[in-house]
Amino acid sequence: MSEALTTETALEDKVATEAAPNPSQDRPRSLWSDAWRDLRRNPVFVVSGLLILLLLVIAAVPSLFTSVDPKFADLAHHYLKPPNYSHIGQADWFGYDGQGRSVYSRVLYGARASIIVGVCTTFGVAVLGALVGMFAGYYGGWLDSLLSRLTDVFFGVPLLLGAIVILNAFTHRTVWSVVVAMVLLGWTQIARVMRGSVITVKQQDFVQAARALGAGTGRILFRHILPNAVAPVIVVSTIALGGYIATEATLSYLGIGLPPSAVSWGNDISSGQTVIRTAPHVLFFPSAMLSITVLAFIMLGDAVRDALDPKLR
Amino acid sequence: MGRYVARRLLQMIPVFIGTTLLIFLMVYSLPGDPVRALWGDRPVDPVALNQLRHEYWFDRPVLLQYWHYISNVFTGNFGTSFVTGRKVTDVIGESFPVTLRLALVAFAIEIVIGLALGLLSGLNRGKIADKFVLGLTLLLISVPVFVLGYIFQTVFGNQLGWVTPTVQDSNDISQLILPGVVLGSLSFAYVARLSRTSIAENMRADYIRTAVAKGLPRRRVIGVHLLRNSLIPVVTFLGTDLGALMGGAIVTEGIFNVHGIGNELYRSINQSDNATVVGIVTVLVIIYLVTSLVVDLLYAALDPRIRYV
Repeated sequence: MSEALTTETALEDKVATEAAPNPSQDRPRSLWSDAWRDLRRNPVFVVSGLLILLLLVIAAVPSLFTSVDPKFADLAHHYLKPPNYSHIGQADWFGYDGQGRSVYSRVLYGARASIIVGVCTTFGVAVLGALVGMFAGYYGGWLDSLLSRLTDVFFGVPLLLGAIVILNAFTHRTVWSVVVAMVLLGWTQIARVMRGSVITVKQQDFVQAARALGAGTGRILFRHILPNAVAPVIVVSTIALGGYIATEATLSYLGIGLPPSAVSWGNDISSGQTVIRTAPHVLFFPSAMLSITVLAFIMLGDAVRDALDPKLR
Repeated sequence: MGRYVARRLLQMIPVFIGTTLLIFLMVYSLPGDPVRALWGDRPVDPVALNQLRHEYWFDRPVLLQYWHYISNVFTGNFGTSFVTGRKVTDVIGESFPVTLRLALVAFAIEIVIGLALGLLSGLNRGKIADKFVLGLTLLLISVPVFVLGYIFQTVFGNQLGWVTPTVQDSNDISQLILPGVVLGSLSFAYVARLSRTSIAENMRADYIRTAVAKGLPRRRVIGVHLLRNSLIPVVTFLGTDLGALMGGAIVTEGIFNVHGIGNELYRSINQSDNATVVGIVTVLVIIYLVTSLVVDLLYAALDPRIRYV
């Protein structure tokens, strides 16, 4: 799929190049502003965008939505089911967990870990993958062979298994160790997409023109090739973001992601699974929030792909 | 063709060595001394400690250890776990068929339901069926596997009682269906979406118009002309997915109590049973490499325009 995607965007670039009289100024505007105009009119984008905005606000300042400390435990509330109207106004809409902590408050505070892992992993993966793919695609030859084989090697390691092994090496795990483990194993797909994209872009006339005008390799790579080759990377990254959030939750659920003391959806789901029949709300609410978050990011990715990939219009 | 296969096999060697070396280095850089751990809280006997270290090659440099290990693998010897004292080949031989059965059930569900949904929505683009499939697959992609596992287990296993909530006998395929659906859910959503896109694209191709204009029956147009051409991206995905299913079974096996590779792997990582971890991952890497080779060879069967040089 990624290969096809690459050629499509390259094709569109070519069309844009031919249409625009001054390629180096007008081409980016035509591709990106076109995409932006499409996106704004797409209800899927608007809905998922607003949802993500809300999630970002929750992740940044959860205290806006609740005044209850997610770690405050009162055993009198042990597995109290929602709704419990005696305390209304406080954060007991979603009930309480086994230690009498407010599920509502934990769900809100748990957003931060997931969002940080998702966004930072995506960013790290995109940067590392795009750099490797760009150098492999631009220079070709032995560097390409070396980097491509390296990509194959890392691609062969399953993400979840590799992350488990890497995270076992950390004695004190934080959000950042999870990010590092996932970036180390996740960059291969982006590198492949970027390599294909760069190979098609580097053969185009404006690259030759830039070189003829005396532009250095660095300038050609970062000012001419990168902006024209990065669209498929953005598409793949946005779609992958939701997947990284799910992977982090899976790792925490398996007990090798975030430490048990951290407030995160994965941890709460893991502790809720044992009481699924007696107190399903402890499992339900963090799962629902996790699913909604992943859904929002995947919808955003779908919308971005539709906008940047005009073939299916 | 023969030359192509030979070249592909040669290309697999560096990838195989690189991936196994990577796993080997990652596993052996884990903190803790597994030989020392055998004594637990008891005082250590230094003579026995050193002898065991020597016996299991722990006193050699790590690259030499790797060389020793990989040359043994080629003779079919995956070493012995010093945590359980069992031969790794025995552990794999016992748990591998279980996971393979589970993965194949998931794989079959994925192909049948995924392709059916893909066809349904690809042929009815923009209609209600298409929207339904898109919504359903989006939902499946966003609900993490372990959440889906618990929901299905509770609803179908405990409340409706259609299936046993956990797998008691992995030889009984009917018990593997529910875990299979859960394991394959993400992939079948991808298969449905991939085939939908591919079919919708090919519906506009010239050869489809020709086939219709020739007056061929609809079944033949779709079954032979359309499907065969649309399958290539799906086959690419399916090929890398069988290995991913077996590796990803770690969560599903935990929820449904299936004693397969995932369970074994999870146990051995937690007990720093390095020999077993490396052994299982090596097998998974071999599966991944072989399936990607098979996929490349399948291209020619699907699309005769593809020639191997």
